[in-house]
Parts: sequence; C-alpha cells; structure tokens
Amino acid sequence: MNTASLTAHELMDRIKIGGITPARIVDDVLARAQAVNPGTHAFIRFADKITAGEGACPLPIAIKDNICVNGSLTTCASKILEGFRPPYDAEVVARIKAAGGVILGSANMDEFAFGSSCETSVYGPSHNPWDLKRVPGGSSGGSAAAVAAGQAVWALGSDTGGSIRQPAAFCGVVGLKPTYGRVSRYGLIAFGSSLDQIGPITKDVRDGALLLNIIAGFDPKDSTSVNAPVPDYTRALGRDVKGLRIGIPREYFIPGIQPEVLAAVRAAIDVFKAQGAQIVDIALPHTAYAVATYYIVATAEASSNLARFDGVEYGLRAFPAVPRKGKLIDMYEETRAQGFGAEAKRRIMLGTYVLSSGYYDAYYLRAQKVRTLIKQDFEKAFGACDVILSPTTPTTAFRIGEKMNDPVAMYLSDIFTIPANMAGIPAISIPCGFDGAKLPVGLQLMAGPFAEETLLAAAYAYEQAAPWHQARASL
Amino acid sequence: MSTFETVIGLEVHLQLKTRTKIFCACPNVFGGTPNSHVCPVCLGLPGSLPVLNRQVLFDGMKVGLALGCRINTFVKFDRKNYFYPDLPKGYQITQFDFPIAQQGRIAFISGGKKKHVGITRAHIEEDAGKLVHDAAHQCSLADYNRTGTPLIEIVSEPDMRSAQEAYDYLTALKLTLSYLGVSDCDMEKGSLRCDANVSIRPLGEDRLGTKTELKNLNSFSALKRAVEFEAGRHEGVILGGGQIVQETLLWDEAKGRTVSMRSKENAHDYRYFPEPDLVPFTFDAAVIEDVRRTLPELPAAKQARLMTGHGLNDYDASILVQDPALADFFEACVSAGAEPKKAANWLNGPVMKELNDRGCPLAGLKLTPANLVKLAARVEDGTISNLAGKDVLADIVVSGEDVDCVIAAKGLAQVSDDAMLVSVVDEVLAANIKAVEEIRAGKAGVTGFLVGQAMKKMQGKANPKKINEIIARRLTHG
Repeated sequence: MNTASLTAHELMDRIKIGGITPARIVDDVLARAQAVNPGTHAFIRFADKITAGEGACPLPIAIKDNICVNGSLTTCASKILEGFRPPYDAEVVARIKAAGGVILGSANMDEFAFGSSCETSVYGPSHNPWDLKRVPGGSSGGSAAAVAAGQAVWALGSDTGGSIRQPAAFCGVVGLKPTYGRVSRYGLIAFGSSLDQIGPITKDVRDGALLLNIIAGFDPKDSTSVNAPVPDYTRALGRDVKGLRIGIPREYFIPGIQPEVLAAVRAAIDVFKAQGAQIVDIALPHTAYAVATYYIVATAEASSNLARFDGVEYGLRAFPAVPRKGKLIDMYEETRAQGFGAEAKRRIMLGTYVLSSGYYDAYYLRAQKVRTLIKQDFEKAFGACDVILSPTTPTTAFRIGEKMNDPVAMYLSDIFTIPANMAGIPAISIPCGFDGAKLPVGLQLMAGPFAEETLLAAAYAYEQAAPWHQARASL
Repeated sequence: MSTFETVIGLEVHLQLKTRTKIFCACPNVFGGTPNSHVCPVCLGLPGSLPVLNRQVLFDGMKVGLALGCRINTFVKFDRKNYFYPDLPKGYQITQFDFPIAQQGRIAFISGGKKKHVGITRAHIEEDAGKLVHDAAHQCSLADYNRTGTPLIEIVSEPDMRSAQEAYDYLTALKLTLSYLGVSDCDMEKGSLRCDANVSIRPLGEDRLGTKTELKNLNSFSALKRAVEFEAGRHEGVILGGGQIVQETLLWDEAKGRTVSMRSKENAHDYRYFPEPDLVPFTFDAAVIEDVRRTLPELPAAKQARLMTGHGLNDYDASILVQDPALADFFEACVSAGAEPKKAANWLNGPVMKELNDRGCPLAGLKLTPANLVKLAARVEDGTISNLAGKDVLADIVVSGEDVDCVIAAKGLAQVSDDAMLVSVVDEVLAANIKAVEEIRAGKAGVTGFLVGQAMKKMQGKANPKKINEIIARRLTHG
C-alpha cells in the first residue's frame, strides 16, 4: 500500500514502529499531490516552503483557502483577495502547527464558500477524483478531493450550510462539522458568522476524531467559542451502539432523492438495526423552511462580512478607466465589480436587501424566528433519539456545469445539511455506498450540541460494519 | 423678538481611557506613529474576531448611572454598516436596540434658572480611524491607531431651547463625566465630541420642525455659534417661504457658517443587525449596585455639600467643583485648619492663576494643603505682606519647599520692629514736609503717599498697616 492512501492513524502507527519517517510521508504525499493535481485541481497552490514536521502528529494537511496561514496567500478563491498574505495564523492552524502538522497548500473552494460545487472559484473548478467530469461538491471541494485522491493525509474545511459534509459525500470521504463553538473561528475568513464552523475532512472516522482532538477547544480570541472540556474523541470509538436510538426524520425522505442514494441510506439503517440500534421515527416539521431561512441569515451576514473587501487596506484595488462619480466611490465600485464573482455579488445583493430599512422585519427578523423553530425541532427530536440519520445529499456528484445556471437547484443540494448549521449541532457525513456510476453516496448523522462523541461512536460503528470508506478512487 | 423657538438635542461621543482598545489588546493611547497601535482585529483583517473589553461595560455603566439612567443588564451589540476608508471592517460595532443605559436626566443652571435635560440613551461603540488628507501628494492616508477606541455615545432629548442652553448642557455634562475618571473629556484632542440636532418651530407649537444635524463642532464656542447660525438659517428659510431639508451639515469654523454634507435622499441605510461575533449575555443586577458604589461624589452633590457643610457661597463652591482635584484640595486645607472662605479665596484666586499661567493641572504643582494653609496663616498674621505671599506661592508650587524656609531665604518677613520703623517714618516725614502739611490741613489721602515712601525705603519688607499707624501717631503726637 502506498503512503498516500493510508489514513493518519495508520501512518502514526507506522511512525511509532519506525516503519516510516515523517519526512518520507511528506515527500510521498507531496509527490502524489503534485502528480494528480492537474487532474483534480484540488490544490490551488502549494505552500512556499514544505518541510517535515515534528510533534505529536507530524502529518501533511490541506487547508481550505479561507483559513488564514501566516505569511501565505489566503484568498478565499477570490480575485478580490489576490496577493493577500495574513500576518497571523488562524487558531486551528496554530494548533495544527503546534502538533507538528505540515501545511501542504491551499485547497480550492467556491469563492468565499459561496457554492456547492467549487465552480465559483476564481481559479476554476476542482474535479471529483471518482469522475473528473464531475464536481467534488463544495464549498470545501478542494479539501475533499485532496483527501479522496490521496493528495493530503487529511484536510480542513469549513461548513456554513453543508460545505464540509456535501463534498465529503460526493468524494467518498468523512466530513465532520462540529458543534458551533467547539472549534475556534479565529482566522476563518467569515461567510455566515453565526453558522460557520471549521472541521476535519478525513479518510475515516478515527482520523476525524484525531483531527478534532487537535483543533477543538476554547479560544479566548473567539467570543463564540465555548469553554467546555475537550474529551479525547478517539475514546468514543468502539462504543457499542446497542440501544442507541437513531431517529429517522420523515421530512428528509422526500420525493426527488436519487433512488440509489435512498437505497444506500436504507441499507445503512439496516446495518445499525443489525447492531442493535433502535430506529425511531421522528419529525422535524420546520425542515421545509430551512433552505429559504438559511439564504436570508447567511447572505445577510455575508453582505456585512464582505464589506471589508473595499480596496482600501489589502487585496485588489481597481479604478474605472473613465472616472464616474468621484475617486473614492469609483474605487469601491470598480474594485468590488472586478473582484467579486457572480455568485458573491448575488449573495451580497440578497443579504443587503434583506437587511435594508423596511424589509428587515419581513426577512431577517422572520428568518431568525424560523431559525429558532428549527432549533426547537431538534431539541424536541433529541428527546426521542440520540442520533438523527439522513442522506447527506439528495444526489451523488453532478456534472461540472450542470447546475451553474440554476442557482436554486444548486442551493437545494444542501437541503439536508443546512438544518444542522441553523441549529448549531454537530453532524458528520460518512461513505455508505456507491451509485450505478460508481459515485460515492454519503450518510449523514447528526447529534445534539457537543455530542460529538455520540456522533463519532455511531459513525465508527457503522464504518466498521460497512467499510465503504476503504474504497479508493483510481487516479 | 423672534416668533420661533429653537429646539436642540445633542449627541456626545466620549472616548474612554481604558488601558486597551474595546475589542483587542492594542494599547488605547492618543496619537503615536500612524498605524503603530494596530493588530489584525482593529485593522479588521479577514478572519479576525472582536472580544469585548469588560472594562468598557463598567465604564458605560458608570456614565449611565452618573446621568441617572436605567442600566440594561442584557448586553448586545449590533453592526452598523457603511463604507468609509476609516472604517476597516465596513461596519461599526455599536449597540442599537439595547443600549447599556437609557432614560436619564441631567440638571444644571442656565441663565440663572435650573434646567433639566433628558438623556435618551448612552450606548457603547467603537471609534473609527483617522484620515489625513495630503494635499501636496493629492492623496488621503489612513491611520488606524484610533480604530477600536471605546466610545460612549450619549444622546440627549431635544430639550434645549437656545444655543446658550446647549452650551450649558455640554458644560454640565462634561463636568459630570470628568468626575467619573473614565475619559479625558478633551474636545481639542477629540476625546469629547459633539453633534447637534437643530430645528425651529413657531412659539407655542408642540410638533417638532424638520431638523438638521450639525457636525464638526470642535469646541464649546463652535457649538454655540453653529447652533445660533443654524437656527437663524432655518428662520430665514421658513420666513422666506421655503422648507428646511433634513440633512447633515458641517460647521465651517473659519467662515462661520454651516455647509451641506449629505441630504436625506443620500442618507445611509445602516442595515443594523445583531453582531454575530459577540454573543449577547445578561449580567446580574447586583453588578449595577457594585458599580454604583464606586461612583465618586458628583459635582452637583459636591457643590451642595461645600455650601451647606463649609458655608461657601454659590460662586466659590461652583468654581471649586469645576475641578474635582481643586475641591478635594480645598477640603484638605479645611481639615488642616484653614478657614473655609479664606481657603476658597486662595484656591480660586492666586492658585487658579498659577494653574492658568502654567497651563497645568493641580497635580502638576508641588503644592500641599499643609503648605498652603501655612502660607495663608503667615499672610494673615502679618509675617509677610499679601504681595510677598503671592511671591512665596509662585516659589512653593515649583519647589515644594516649606513656606517658612522660603520666607527666610528670600528675606520676605515683614519688619515689625517698632524702633526701626519709627526711624524710617521720621526720615520720610522729614523729607516730605509739604505732604505732612497737607495731611495736617485735612488731606488724609496723602498718607498713602507717605506709606509708599516708607515701604520703598524698607524694600517692601514692612507691614504697611503698621507704618500707617506710626505715621498717624507721629503726626498727632509729634
């Protein structure tokens, strides 16, 4: 077996017995990453300097391009941040470095994480390692593709409405969105501040637990991070799922789901049943409003978060060829006209609209109320079950270009993942089979706030019984 | 006589002098090399996040309590969105619907009458940076040192009816705020800034007229002049059959007039919404009482106490409370045995003059209450003259030396030795026969001339009262 296809815990085991050195791992993985990157375009750039790390976990990692790395280009795959090198490390990056982690480079993403396919990246799309004509999902598509293609041992993504789980599902890897507040957002270039959460994208569940161990925990620099103890998440792995109550939300099993996805998820339910889990029918009645509500809350926050990209301090600065209204306003308008792509502009306009005077109550305020109802749905549901199970996405990976002209169809590919962000709860996507075209299917599990251990235990139990995660894309 | 009344409300921004900025650990200091007190947070760099400096909350509570406000225990911040190069995030973090303090009131004397002005609210927010316009290079430079300086914005009700009332309100507000020790309250340095909302209406009308907002009021006198000008402008427009347009104007100090900055049509839609990066929280109401206990005695209460407790008149007491340090010094003098009225005279007169001449605060002088009390006593008992007393004061405020040592070293002690004074007086009388004759003829005023001559001979070291007595004695008996 070659180095690039091994999991982090397998590599750590080998380092321990002297079977391989950290330097060798970096060389092998980097060689693989560079060799297949022309096909996947998972990385938009490799780090300037890559040297073997020292520490508890000296493994190479791909970092999504919206997480700040001190002195390295960090652009959110947007033209407006061209040339931007943050003078500081994101908290997660600092923690990874402290553990000896080696940053291989920046993983592609949808511009500012606005998208579900990686197609809105100013650097062009990434390709799904299982079928290069298809999207890897998004917005953390580069991170998921890199892990699936063996271009990184593991990766960091960010998830605002499914941006870790949906690409993980499309690429046949494990993607974990932690509880809001579990991982510091300091240094994550914000999209929807009340929804964003950084999380691991890995080859299996154990790696997810390992990487979460490194990045989770209170950070005084992030007021929304929660000061709760961080357990060793790997200790939850192997827990029996006998008696575990698994809720099946009837609202998630709707017409329009790809039959093969539905079949794979039904089969997964049977796997849990066979292990003694208790399957319960639950209701999440406000699910139907989640996507609409999300696109109000997330775009409102985004419109404000992206105001700082104005050409004044850093990144792109542009002036029109012919002066229009005055030097300053011309600069603002031209910089933002040139710097943002179509989807970013669409979301800034949406968000500006829903916050504007006279519309605030009808949109933003109403959306916040519905968000509370969605949260309450989950609180109620977790009274009746420990874990909620659903498909991660309604379909498997679609073709590049297929949904670019239909934003709403694109938005609907996050229909099952958005509610967890609205409620702030942890959720994971794990591989649960393939469709007829040999494309991976993702199974989503959700748990209550800070119940990552329950989530990981259930995911691990499934993975052990149904090792779909062991399949590797042939590239 | 105008048939209109002017209606004024003020918005005052107070910069807090906390050790660090409001949302980051950068030092909160005035000036400095441009962009030397900055970090990713106050520069608004992508990915950075704000963390509230709790001291700002306490200072905000102090301000609210001092202005008699109700304190909100629910703490929430909001974003106010607008583009300007001095605002690196493209939004200002402020408090929209839950200000730290609401519904207060301040009382002061204006035009000899007691006046009350309502405080609508006081809220916490962050200051923006500063733009420097470089005409020579045709460009603007941004300095973000000030970005993230904590501010309290104090909004009054439209309760003032003249420029003088607005001036007196701001004076009273500044005095109260300066007692709290949370800000330098210095308009010149911008740690106290004021915008005015001005409208006029026919006398007897209840509804408010259309208001305009005045900015760039950089001094107390600018406030007064700008409000006067603007009220006059409103009246001119209305009497001319026109209508006031709601807009923001800048006060042009040099030209003495207001200039339109932006109209309502171009007004910003600030798109306020809750700041998602700062989690709202509620604190225990007991904290408010803890903060209330730390409040110093405020000027109104102090003035009342100086009057009833020490028998000072309104004028003396009001001057002393202008500077809490001065009032404290006064009380220390009284404790050290000074007679209150005399101590007030020394402080409000010669000491105040030293402060003004030197342009420094009381703490900048080496004056101690004990030394000032001693000085007053030496003048009182005739050891030195009044004039010499001022000399000694000028010395001890710098040297901090004991009054008696200074008197001795400078040889300022008045000669009270009768024999010596008598011989000097006799010399003067002998040399001024004509004056002596005039006095004998009833021209008593000439005595002063003789006293002056004698003092001159004594090089000022004689007690003039005593010389006067000797002259009188000599002229009756001699």
